[in-house]
Formats: sequence, structure tokens, C-alpha cells
Amino acid sequence: MEKSIGLINERIRDGNARVVTAEEMPAVVADLGVEGALTEVDVVTTGTFGAMCSSGAFLNFGHADPPIRMERIWLNDVEAYGGIAAVDAYIGATQPSDTREADYGGAHVIEDFIAGKAVELRATSHGTDCYPRQSITTELMLEDLNQAIMVNPRNAYQRYNAATNSTDRTLYTYMGTLLPHHGNVSYSGAGLLNPLSNDPDFSVIGSGTPLFLGGAPGVVIGEGTQHSPGGGFGTLMVTAELSRMSPEYVRAATMYGYGVTLYMGVGIPIPVINEQVVRNCAVTDDQISVDLVDYGIPSRNRPTVRKVTYADLKSGSVEIDGEEVRASSLSSLRRARQVAAELAEWVTSGKIEVALPTRPINSTKKAHPMHETIRAPRVGDIMDRRVIRIAETEEIRAAAKKLLKGETNHIPVINDEDRLVGIITTYDISKAVVWPGKASVVRDVMTRDVITTTPDEPVDIAARKLEQHNISALPVVDDQRRVIAMLTAIDLGKLFRGKHR
Amino acid sequence: MKLMITFSKKEGRKPIIAQAVKDTGVLINVERAFIDSSEGEALIDVPDDQCTLVRERMKALGASVRVLEHGITLDEDECVDCGACVSVCPREVFSMDAGGKLVVDEERCVICGKCIKACPHRALSLKFE
Ligand code: SF4
Ligand code: SF4
Repeated sequence: MEKSIGLINERIRDGNARVVTAEEMPAVVADLGVEGALTEVDVVTTGTFGAMCSSGAFLNFGHADPPIRMERIWLNDVEAYGGIAAVDAYIGATQPSDTREADYGGAHVIEDFIAGKAVELRATSHGTDCYPRQSITTELMLEDLNQAIMVNPRNAYQRYNAATNSTDRTLYTYMGTLLPHHGNVSYSGAGLLNPLSNDPDFSVIGSGTPLFLGGAPGVVIGEGTQHSPGGGFGTLMVTAELSRMSPEYVRAATMYGYGVTLYMGVGIPIPVINEQVVRNCAVTDDQISVDLVDYGIPSRNRPTVRKVTYADLKSGSVEIDGEEVRASSLSSLRRARQVAAELAEWVTSGKIEVALPTRPINSTKKAHPMHETIRAPRVGDIMDRRVIRIAETEEIRAAAKKLLKGETNHIPVINDEDRLVGIITTYDISKAVVWPGKASVVRDVMTRDVITTTPDEPVDIAARKLEQHNISALPVVDDQRRVIAMLTAIDLGKLFRGKHR
Repeated sequence: MKLMITFSKKEGRKPIIAQAVKDTGVLINVERAFIDSSEGEALIDVPDDQCTLVRERMKALGASVRVLEHGITLDEDECVDCGACVSVCPREVFSMDAGGKLVVDEERCVICGKCIKACPHRALSLKFE
């Protein structure tokens, strides 16, 4: 049996459409069976509310007198993209303010516009014959703009991998605060309520599908950037007008240590046209699984700790290595439910109708990683192989002599098997002077806890180690912990100077 | 009662907390201390009935003292019930009710500050007297 979109819309217009949320649907299907649910239910509403970094809006300001061809544009000190001629701009959600950094950004500009606040526009230009003006500053409210159209390149991710952290320090990521030693688990997404979880084969969601975006009726443009449905990570590009949005569903946020982002409420009404749609919408949280990923490993291919389902995650704790670890979400299930409920109300009251895609979205492709023509530099490319070492049993005086020569500020200390056991600096030597008699050999004063790197580690990762630990050199060790070189802040300086010229 | 003590480095050279303990005879529990090159801050816990005594002594020693009336404070208008604070709190102050609304058991809070950073919506803060 099939049910036509025309019939569903007729029922919506007559006020007779039967609408349920994606959270209610599994019980309906269990109760009535697939065929029964197809007869009974016309529309399933979905919803999600979470951080959607890849968001922004096209704005048109109208022409000033004398006119200006704006080249660089700031809104409340947040730079907007001006490469789209004269008086148009695109304000991206994650762009930080030039003056307030991560405390304020593009997302806040969007939120302020929606909340009815005035926003300062500042722009510059080199001036042309047709657009003589070189700068402008003015205050604008949303109603002063000709257009303010939100166009989000990548929203409504089908699912997100959950995050944890195996290292010994707290990480501040786009997945929130991750406590050391698997101290917590953070996840995002509404599971069974997520729009794309209810149509993983993109049979009814595509270009032209109506949707709820930030409280406004909008439309799906097509596949989103980074769309990767083959791996279960589909995304959508979506649009709606700012003027119809509500601050309830559009919230600027700052992830500590990461930056500005925008929380968006997104929902899609799914027309129940056939049994396949019924089955897809009957999905439950325990059927949606994601990887629990270790964000402690700074590589694209972060290791998976285990598989988890949204049922596990929503339970509030997840087992890792036999320990119960608290899990909490970054996205709001409560607001996701509100989106689905409000959307249901829109359909029931005839505020919006449903539609089939005018252009389908690919349901199998996989996003591929960046094609890098120049390999990110590795420590091995820039490390200094002329390394001065010292044995742990040598006298402190010998170390002092080596340091005095001025060729290095850090001497790696090795044992009789040539393995790295410590590091010694002028600071350590001064300890020997302060406690005379207590220390005589290098071993007595060296720092034992040495931060190291390896030749194949990317330079950027090593640079972060120097920064985080506030040190100026790293011994480079092989897999036997033998010191083969040193990497210093000076080596890094040379590399970065060469790069940024 | 919890007190937030702030002192500049000059006074910080004197062991201000130890001095206050010695002068007042009140046992002070230091819950958190943060000292950098220019400023020091310490969160201490003192018995309610001796609060004024300790406070006056600290002030006399050159520190500024603020009384923490409450544990963590939630700004309901900013909170979106995301839950980012839930798993970072060592004291399980936060939980979600069946409707997914954030519940705050403020009594349990030890003012460690972890959740303040973790909240993407700046909805959590400490309120001083
Ligand atoms: S300050 Fe610390 S103890 Fe208090 S609620 Fe926040 S995380 Fe929990
Ligand atoms: S992290 Fe902030 S916004 Fe999220 S639930 Fe906690 S207090 Fe509310």
C-alpha cells in the first residue's frame, strides 16, 4: 500500500492529519503494525537542538548615499565575508569578534538580530568611480535589512561520535569538556528524534523538503557539506529567514577553549507515504550506534574505545574498561522534543504542508579526507641531530660545564643502556648549589618526568606539547627510548618563519 | 560558610591563611587555592558562627573577603538543558529529570568551578554576597 502526498496534504488542509513525533512512533508501530501505522499516521515530526557550527546568514544592507562597495565588513566587530559584491555579506557563526574573541562571534550577531537588538555595521572600501565611498559605520536592526537569509552549509548531522579522553589532562573540545582518564563521556544528537535517523536512505528528505529551522519555516537545499551517508553521517544544507526565527531555537554559545558556535533547533516533517517510511520512523535509540572515540589522540583517525548506542548514552553512563563513566549530552533533548512538538502543531494546524523532494540526495556516498599535496611536516624533518647527552652517573659539575658551553639549555640524561631517564637544565643544577652535599651526580637533580616526541610526530602536535607544558625543548626518542635528536623552540621558529612568508 | 579570599602578591608573601588560623584559633578548611604571579585567590570553608571573626581578621591582614551565599547558580534564561555540565561535576550536582530538564542540587556543590567552563551558554556562575 502507498499513500499519496496529495492525500496527506488534503488531510492537513482539512485539519484531519494524524501527526505523531518520532519519539512516539515506535510505540504506534508496535501497537498497530507497519500496515496499520501507515493507514493511521500521516506525518512523523522529528527534531534536534544542538551545536551546529556550520551555520550563517546572507545579509543585504541596501545602498548608502554616497554608495559604497563594501570590501571588508564587520558586524559588532565580527568580520563578515564581503566578497559577494557591494552591500551583501555572509556572517558565519564561528567567526570570533576582533575585540572580544571567543566571548562574542558571528553566532551572537545572528542571535542579537533575532532578539531585536541593534547591531553596528562597519565597512571599508578602496572606493571606485561608481562607488566612491571608502568607509561607513551605522547601526542596523533586523528590519532595516532587505534580506537576512540563514543558509547553513552543514546542519542536522545524522549522528555524532561520542567522545572521551584517555590522557592525563582535561581537554576542551567542540565535544565539550573531556575529563582526564576517561573521566566522562560527552555526546551530541537526539538519537531517534534526529531528522536523518528517521530517513537514513533519503527516500523522503531531499531538495525542497519543508523544515523547521530555528523556529522559522524553511526548506532543505540539498546535501550538506561533508555529507557522508555511506558511513551514517549524512548532513543537510538548509535555509530559512532570520526574521521568522525565535531566540528559543537559535542560541549563540562558546565552547570553552574551542570557540564560538550556534545552537540551532532543526526539525523535519516526514510524510508517511509507504511501509518503508513507517519502518524507518520506527527506529529506536538502541538501534542507532556510534563510535565512542578517544579525543586524547590528536589525529584524524582517533581510536575507537567501543561502540555505543544512543540508548546507552541517554542512560547517563557508559562502561569503559569495566568502569561506569558518566555520560552527558551537549545538545538538548528537551528542546529537540519541543521542536518536534511545535512542528507537529504546525502540521496539525495547517501552517505547513509536506512535499516530496524535487531533487534526491545521494544516500551512499562517503566524504573523503583532504588531499594534501604537501605532507604536514614531521618532527624528523626539522629536529636537530647534534644532540649532547649525559650519563645519569656523571658528576653534576660535568653537566654544568656542558651547559656553560652555551650550545644547549637542556641535556637529556641517559642510563647505561642508552635509554632516556631524565633531563637536566641550569635550573636543576642550581638545586645542587642550594642543597650542597645532598646531590653529587646528575641523577640526583635531574627532572625525571620528561615530555618527549618522536620523528614521525607532526610538528604541530610537538609544538602544542611545548606550549602546554611551557617548555622549550623536547628530546626526540626512537621506539627503544634512545635519544636521537632534540626539537627546540628555535627549530620550530625556523620552520614557521619559512612557512608564513 | 564559604569565603573567597583575594590578596595581591605583596600580602601573599605573608602566609595569610596560616596567620588567620593562628590569630583566631579557627580551623580553616582550604577548598581551593589559585595563586599566580600577581594575584592569589583561595576558597575557604569556616564554621558559620566563626565566620565574622575570620573575615575581620583576614581583612585586617590585607585580603579582600567575599561571602559565598550559595553554591553554583543557574540562569534559567540562558540554560537550554543541554547537559554539558552534568558529567563534568565531581559532586553530581546536576541531573536531568524525565522531561530532560536540568535539575540542580546546589547543596552538594563544592564550588570547584569545573561546570562554569563546561557550560556553552554561560548559564552557570557563582554569586557573592
Ligand atoms: S562548581 Fe564544581 S561542584 Fe559545584 S556544581 Fe560546578 S562542577 Fe559541581
Ligand atoms: S551546560 Fe549550561 S546550558 Fe547546558 S544544561 Fe548545564 S547549565 Fe544548562
